[in-house]
Amino acid sequence: MRPRKSFTAMAIILGFGLHPEVRADEKAAQPETSGAAQARETRATTPAPEAAKVSAPPTAEEVEALRREIEELKKQLQTLRDELRSALLSGPGAPSGVAPPGQTASAPPPPPPTPGPAAPPPAAPSQTSNYFNPSVSVIGNYLGVGGSNGTGDLPSSSLRESEVSFQAIVDPYARADFFLSFGEEGVGVEEGFATFTSLPGGLLAKVGRMRTAFGKINPLHLHVLPWPDEPLPIVNLLGGEEGWIGTGLSTALLVPLPGDVFSEVTVQVLRGDSGELFLTAPDRGSLAYNGHYRVFSDLSEATNLEVGVSYGLGPNGLTPTSDTRLEGIDTTLRWKPLRTATYRSASLRGEFIRSRREDPLGNQTTDGWFLSGEYQLAKRWFTGARIESSGHADDASQRDRGKAVLLTFWPSEFSQLRGELRRREYADGETADELLLQIQFAIGAHGAHPF
Amino acid sequence: MKPMKLLLAGCAIPLMGFSGAPVFARMKVVTTLQDLASLADAVGGDRVETFSLVKGYQDPHFVDAKPSFILKLSRADLLIAAGLEREIGYLPPLLDQSRNAQVHPGSPGYLDASTGCEILNRPVQQVTRAMGDVHPYGNPHYWTDPENGRIIARSIAAKLTELDPAGREAYAAGLAAFEGKLTQKEQAWAAKMAPYTGTKIVTFHDSWPNLARRYDLNIVGHIEPKPGIPPSPTHTLEIINLIMTDKIPLILVEPYFDLKTPKFIAEKTGATVLSFYPSVGGVPEIKDYFALFDYNIDAFVAAMKGKS
Repeated sequence: MRPRKSFTAMAIILGFGLHPEVRADEKAAQPETSGAAQARETRATTPAPEAAKVSAPPTAEEVEALRREIEELKKQLQTLRDELRSALLSGPGAPSGVAPPGQTASAPPPPPPTPGPAAPPPAAPSQTSNYFNPSVSVIGNYLGVGGSNGTGDLPSSSLRESEVSFQAIVDPYARADFFLSFGEEGVGVEEGFATFTSLPGGLLAKVGRMRTAFGKINPLHLHVLPWPDEPLPIVNLLGGEEGWIGTGLSTALLVPLPGDVFSEVTVQVLRGDSGELFLTAPDRGSLAYNGHYRVFSDLSEATNLEVGVSYGLGPNGLTPTSDTRLEGIDTTLRWKPLRTATYRSASLRGEFIRSRREDPLGNQTTDGWFLSGEYQLAKRWFTGARIESSGHADDASQRDRGKAVLLTFWPSEFSQLRGELRRREYADGETADELLLQIQFAIGAHGAHPF
Repeated sequence: MKPMKLLLAGCAIPLMGFSGAPVFARMKVVTTLQDLASLADAVGGDRVETFSLVKGYQDPHFVDAKPSFILKLSRADLLIAAGLEREIGYLPPLLDQSRNAQVHPGSPGYLDASTGCEILNRPVQQVTRAMGDVHPYGNPHYWTDPENGRIIARSIAAKLTELDPAGREAYAAGLAAFEGKLTQKEQAWAAKMAPYTGTKIVTFHDSWPNLARRYDLNIVGHIEPKPGIPPSPTHTLEIINLIMTDKIPLILVEPYFDLKTPKFIAEKTGATVLSFYPSVGGVPEIKDYFALFDYNIDAFVAAMKGKS
């Protein structure tokens, strides 16, 4: 705190245009010292003892303390002078002078020195400080695969996804969330939406591109799934590994139920094409729709149950009028004793999806489901299992089946190692046994845990 | 008997000069921690109805953002949070879905209880996660110093008065009663702890700097090698050596941590493992903020007497 104060003091003492580096440092230091500022405020509200101290004759200790402080200020003045000199000498081509230690990491590159004695008031910090920058985080998702599989084509080793997120409050009415998904080669906007959090009537609206609220798994990002891979019904019926992502408008409303039972209905209107699910919307009027209703109830302090139903509809592009209809039901049962001294928890989840695809060559109606369980063995260890089965949306006579066992270790909240042993029996007759090894790591802002 | 009492109460309230708070219009106060709920109850009395998202015996570092909490927040008049990013893992998504702009940070219905409190261990250098689950805004267990409890109670009283001006006198009276009792209790606690000034202790997690400072305890080590990282064999050995060399009598463990390693260390060294409760509700006996200190301090004194 003291160096910052003295920076400001020096800027005044020096009496010329605020040195760009100082300004940069001020900017960088600002968010870090908000706590310190608070402490300073607290101190300012109790001036009485300090005033009393001043009026008393100074003791030898106080004189010594003052002397030390003066020495320190002198040193800082000297450093500032040196910096200024080096910055002026090096000119705009090499503006990076000697930055004070400890500030280098967070300080933005200083702007080139402005000629002439421009003198902005040193007391007013710049409004363009990074104080309002969004929270940034990056999650790396590495996947290594062993075994052979001629149908699914996961590479032996890949950085499957690097998800970069930017999240911040927009204004008193909305917040914004962006999730950019970097593959090894391309970049995609996985999600990017504004959420309007203070609408009347208990409405919650989202506008932008988002993972559709169809079922429980589709809205989740790959890295928060309890498996390294998407289950078969998502892949086969919701348009591939990515699932159903749509661009449009989403509104959600709480539906009051007796007691403390939570229920929410979500209605989404989206552009009529999405990945392989809804193709080549013939015109602007062909839209995709999704409705989701979920009910959540605490059965006891430790156990809770969530049940959801979903209905989706959109043009499949086979003819100008042919649609694909999706129906889904999902359920999640969780058990987590709050007295966690034993670090145990369990969850059981299942989802059933039916797809009806209008096809001029013969309508295809098929379904898919998975059932998955997860059990916490110790504070950082989880084990799990999953069975799954799904028809192909475009060919109801074809059906894939799979089963998998999993083991997950969390070294910390910010990294995760996971192994999955998976057998998939594909409709074409192939049986593939594979070992998937996933390593995930997150840097940056601490995101909320998904539930 | 009951109707009679009600009748009497009905007469008494206007006589006492209260502006009359009908039962159905009680302020709905949601707090993240049970300690904050207890303080709000102490100040608000009958005019408030509190609900705490986190139970006192629950590990506050891992709280599920359950949809049932969204309901509670959607109906809340006031949200009191511990702040210092302690709730970052679950509160933001709950608030976003609460449809209640009144309780968003920055709105009148949101109170950050850490405001004005003495916060310790604010990192002075750049923090990285190599240090474990560090809290860049300082140690978030600040209510374990009763003087911080006093500051929180004052903030709550001011906030309640702001939101419900009709209850001004009731809140002032609630606060005065709380502060009076706290001052008394503080003297008793200080007297009980006085013989143990300077006692060296080891704790599981870095939860106790505020309490240690208040009662001059000397925390010399933690069983966690770094905040949030479970005990490792090498670090456990170091702690065993430390306890042997410094003759440390006590190991304090929060109720939500596994006792296996602390007990192992105790076996090797002869130190006593003491369950120490950071929050109201940690055990049923800890009914309110005063009981939190009563219980912990009595347990501490008993354990220390057992050593000598």
